[in-house]
Amino acid sequence: MNCHSGTTAIKATKAVKRVALIGMPNTGKSTLFNRLTGATAFVGNWPGVTVDLLQAHININHETVEFVDLPGIYDLNGFSEDEKVVQYFLESFGVDLVIVILNAAQIDRQIRIALQIKALGLPAIILLNMADEAKYYGVEIQVNELSKRLELPVFLLSAKYGRGYERAYREICQKLAESVTTHKITNLKNCLSEKADISVEEMENILTGAVQMPSQIAVNITQQIDRILLHPILGLPLFFAGMFAVFWVVWNVGLPSQDIMDKITGWLQTNAIEPLVSPLPKLAQDFIVNGLWGGLATVASFVPLLVLFFMIMAVLEDSGYLSRSAYLMDAFMAKLGLDGRSFVMQMMGFGCNVPALMGTRVMRSKALRLLTMLVIPFALCAARLQVFVFIIAAVVPNGNGVLVLFSLYLLSFVAAIVTAALFQGVFKNEEPFVLELPPYRVPTLKHVLLRGWGEVKQFLTRASGFITLGCVAVWVVTNLPLGATGLNTIGGQIGQFLSPIMEPIGINPYLTLALLFGVIAKEVVVGSLAVIYGLGADAVTNQIAGTVTFIQAYSFCIFCLLYTPCLTTTATLFNEAKSWKFTLFALAYSFGLAWVASFIFYQSALALGFK
Amino acid sequence: MTLSELKPGSLAIVESVQLSRHGQALAKRLEAMGIVPNRPIRVLRQAWFGGPLHIRVGSTTEIAIRRTEAKMVLIQTNGTTN
Repeated sequence: MNCHSGTTAIKATKAVKRVALIGMPNTGKSTLFNRLTGATAFVGNWPGVTVDLLQAHININHETVEFVDLPGIYDLNGFSEDEKVVQYFLESFGVDLVIVILNAAQIDRQIRIALQIKALGLPAIILLNMADEAKYYGVEIQVNELSKRLELPVFLLSAKYGRGYERAYREICQKLAESVTTHKITNLKNCLSEKADISVEEMENILTGAVQMPSQIAVNITQQIDRILLHPILGLPLFFAGMFAVFWVVWNVGLPSQDIMDKITGWLQTNAIEPLVSPLPKLAQDFIVNGLWGGLATVASFVPLLVLFFMIMAVLEDSGYLSRSAYLMDAFMAKLGLDGRSFVMQMMGFGCNVPALMGTRVMRSKALRLLTMLVIPFALCAARLQVFVFIIAAVVPNGNGVLVLFSLYLLSFVAAIVTAALFQGVFKNEEPFVLELPPYRVPTLKHVLLRGWGEVKQFLTRASGFITLGCVAVWVVTNLPLGATGLNTIGGQIGQFLSPIMEPIGINPYLTLALLFGVIAKEVVVGSLAVIYGLGADAVTNQIAGTVTFIQAYSFCIFCLLYTPCLTTTATLFNEAKSWKFTLFALAYSFGLAWVASFIFYQSALALGFK
Repeated sequence: MTLSELKPGSLAIVESVQLSRHGQALAKRLEAMGIVPNRPIRVLRQAWFGGPLHIRVGSTTEIAIRRTEAKMVLIQTNGTTN
């Protein structure tokens, strides 16, 4: 089919008009989206679309209008995953209006997308964002002349600070009021190749006389900061110092916030849940309190941590430093098939794996994301640290505990590096490493807060069901059959059944059962030991000191570090990868690696005569 | 010469972009970043240990590009360094 008219206009039969936002990365597209839609955005469900698209419904001219934030693209005619998503969207779902958002300071190269949308015949409005930055650089734009040449409305604005926004918004409303047909391009491939292959000459023809780019720019703040932050010798130490600061905040603010949340849910449990279910039979009570409510409490404990994490991420990203970290670390990370942003996420993973996995969304190449997600669960998170501190305290009485703990951190790094090296050929990043380094910008509080809130909302809607279900399942295997405790429960039976494979790595059935609990959350491992042995916390320490040797305990730590991550991490892994196959593979691989590592350690230690 | 050979601080003019193992995809991405014939291009700095280049294309776009990818960009210098 040829592309004659460009778009196929469909008589508007659907009640809701749709507006799509299209633009390059780093143009402030999501800032504009936030300004348009406030905090009402949610992840929509678009059949056939493999990435998350934010959308929101807002009321304009007394009717509901749907706004969709399409992923940032470089070229409507391009080959990247995000570019394919946008192409698929325009082909499959009708739009009433396209908002093309360009960085005004880079209009010389970004005008292509506006010309492509125009060539396709889609109803559009062009917003030249970051007008303040363009002015600062000395970019001069004759908006009226440009609008005349493009035959489309063009507005200069700053989505971040709101200047020029009102006029642009009125035009959007006006356009929507006039719109009677929805546009869909059923033969997009042909249209793109026939009409949307915009040449450099066409771009220049549109711009010459209407836009004046500066021939040189004066030394500005960004260049001065880059001189220090990207300095060949100072750059990396400063980067590590910055990572340490972020880590410190996660550790000293984020993790205590989990304890506060636990106190709140604990209080609710004793003062509301337990009295409420008290008329029920004992088993039902236990099921509701330790199964269902336990699951919800687990989910709740992650909320403040996630808000904090994503506020930090928003600051790193909006300020322009995140892409610079990729530049700084690229020489090392490229060898592992990763990039500098993977490193940042890995470091965050040492606080908690869950937000680190969600944070990989900044990487737009699927292969790069999957490889990073495969590696992150090996980061020794705070929850695992609790287990290690407990075990080490029990079996390493002298001051050598620090060395043991340090060796586990080292192992965490080695596991990540080995995994990346092993699988970089499988998850091969095909996208070229050409990354924009935007000027340094001051993040706005509003955007940082919106980001934190938005991510938590997504986490709650998607992960809570899975986590609660998992908690219920573990409750079932560790509490049934009726009246059974310790090794007599289904879980204990599983522990004994698994002993042929756990015995060679020095882990007894009691500890195996604790590891089974650890599938919910690693924090649970220590507490579960008390339940399993049926002893108080101090007595458990003595019990373990008496029955578990140092090398068995160390083998247990190795296994605990590497095996199946906690339920929340698993749920997040699945949500982000959107693939059962990948999730199961990641789980099986980590389990296998844990076993092999523990086996090698335990058997060599035995062979060397340690006990 | 290619962009990967340009010394930090020097200015050049883009001549063309060669097709690489990434084929069309890299050429298109570079074009979208503003690396098109006759556009001024400058290497601001290069990372150590064979890391990427920090370049400026035109006057207002700065990007990080790996050296292997910079090899695909043919440039012309006037012999003047700045």
